[in-house]
Amino acid sequence: MAMMRYAEALRSALREEMQRDPSVWLMGEDIAVYGGVFKVSKDLMAEFGPERVRDTPISEQTLTAMAVTAAMSGTRPVLEIMYADFLPLSVDALMNQASIYNYIWNGQVTMPFVLRTQGGGGAGAGAQHSKSLDALVAHIPGLKVVAPATAADAKGLLKAAIRDDHPVIFLEHKLLYNTRDEVPDGDHLVEIGKARIARVGSDVSIIASSKMVVDALKAADELAKEGISAEVIDLRTLRPLDRETIKASIARTHHAVVVNEGWCFCGYAAELSATIMESCFDDLDAPVERVATHDIPIPYSEPLESTVLPDANKIAAAARRALA
Amino acid sequence: MKNSPTVDEQLDMLGRMVAVRHLEERLGELHKAGKTRGPIHRCDGQEAVGIGATAMLDDEDLLTSTHRGHAHYVGKGVGLHPIVAEILGRATGACAGRAGHMLIADVKKGLLGGNAIVGGGIPAATGFAVSLQMKNRADGGQRVAMCIFGDGAAQTGICHESMNIAALWKLPVIFVLEHNQYGLTAHHSTQSSVPDLSVRAAGYGMPSEIVDGNDVIAVHRAVGAAVERARRGEGPSLIEAKTYRMVGFSTSDVGGYQKDEDLATWRERDPIVLARAMLADAVPAERLDAVMAAARAEVDAAVEQALGDPLPVFAEHAPSAPYTVAGA
Repeated sequence: MAMMRYAEALRSALREEMQRDPSVWLMGEDIAVYGGVFKVSKDLMAEFGPERVRDTPISEQTLTAMAVTAAMSGTRPVLEIMYADFLPLSVDALMNQASIYNYIWNGQVTMPFVLRTQGGGGAGAGAQHSKSLDALVAHIPGLKVVAPATAADAKGLLKAAIRDDHPVIFLEHKLLYNTRDEVPDGDHLVEIGKARIARVGSDVSIIASSKMVVDALKAADELAKEGISAEVIDLRTLRPLDRETIKASIARTHHAVVVNEGWCFCGYAAELSATIMESCFDDLDAPVERVATHDIPIPYSEPLESTVLPDANKIAAAARRALA
Repeated sequence: MKNSPTVDEQLDMLGRMVAVRHLEERLGELHKAGKTRGPIHRCDGQEAVGIGATAMLDDEDLLTSTHRGHAHYVGKGVGLHPIVAEILGRATGACAGRAGHMLIADVKKGLLGGNAIVGGGIPAATGFAVSLQMKNRADGGQRVAMCIFGDGAAQTGICHESMNIAALWKLPVIFVLEHNQYGLTAHHSTQSSVPDLSVRAAGYGMPSEIVDGNDVIAVHRAVGAAVERARRGEGPSLIEAKTYRMVGFSTSDVGGYQKDEDLATWRERDPIVLARAMLADAVPAERLDAVMAAARAEVDAAVEQALGDPLPVFAEHAPSAPYTVAGA
């Protein structure tokens, strides 16, 4: 085990997979010479050369479409989209191209590419650089969507995503890059589609992903002081969803709080809530509580932004409501 | 002239053009008879572009097409029966009835594939070209990607982005602009500030050429030179083939926007008539008749076979694929 920052864990995953497989290559804006605006690909161009680590023009729509077809024809591109807020530019290529071909071409092609991006608020980056658009991509059949909360999972899931034969949207969080935790040594892989119990509890299940796991764990600390034992599930993968881990947890706790940093209306938390209603109704002692971002553009000033976004206090309050 | 096709190659292209025309005619009948689903986008009058531009490609060269791709499919070597069966929604179709006429792909033939998001094939071919460039550098191969796209697609932002990246990275890709004058019903003069779209290539430092898109030999010669350039690793080219769509946008088009005199002028320049005339000195009329009759017969046989083929049954995709049925 080694203590590692989330960004370093991602870089380590990229480096190991590029060393292991010469068909893996990277492209994105400012990723090569500069090493990425969050420094995830720092030093990789020096190690692997400019053909495998490519700076690109500001052309997200085309780059995403190119990743789709490059992946169909013998290489494994990893595309960095600098901010999740730019994903709408990629969505045509994801929704109308990447998502369809394995199915409508009757299995003739696979598309082993990874689209890495980062989202999330809390950094004062404003309405066009702070969004969490999990629901936008998780809505699309044909894509896998992962959102790691820890450095260990960031590394293990990115390695698994690069080896996957289908498109994987890899959602990072700008406030997680400098968080540190223990990362297993060696060829550390985390299976896509498997959630993790981040904290064991018996009274309420808090189901979250990405940075919301950090907030949920803080909320669980607060609740513990009140004698409430909260279980925190870190989904890790948003699609395909690990329904079994959710069901098993709620069967023990009988209460559920679903959390997502995206907008509330038609958001990812709504999908979690519907899933729990469909599969855990008889186990529930109270309605599912939902915590998500207000349906408002993310404002700039700190008191405004912190009002709009979910946090540990809001998650704890939701747990108390569920148990009231 | 350099890159001119041989007589045998010309005969092959004539046969393919006739097959495509007859396919379009048969599809028109089948549509009227209610035996096809959705719209059919026919390419009557444009056959010389799709057939002439693809004739020099190998199976390892990758082609992206459009919503109007029947000539591209046939040019790239996809069998008539899998094409027709796909259009008729049969289990025996090129994509087992999942794709329909606008989205046909055949990996073994390097057709990847039709694309009904206008402009979608342009970045698709550019992405293929990155992989092919890396493979070529690794094994000394000379594979190329080709994109056939229309004057409507040329107005998209992704067209600009793709051509810039292709030229910047010297990618082995050939952009074949099949200029048929109309984007759906809108004449190109209402969509572009310049009549000749190939002038834009200069902005990317990319060579370009305008060619008579109804002259299959001219198309073959110009595209062939661009393909050779790409195979040598010298980067992309833009070939603008001027042609004309002699039928409506699709089978649901009620018409009224194409001028009668334009239609008459272009009918006189029917690419099949021109292709046959260019062979008249070298090949006896009986042989030309036989080639054309054989092409039509092959289409008719494919249609008859496909009409008798089974419809698909909804089946689970491969377990590893990221698809689920609702509620599962």
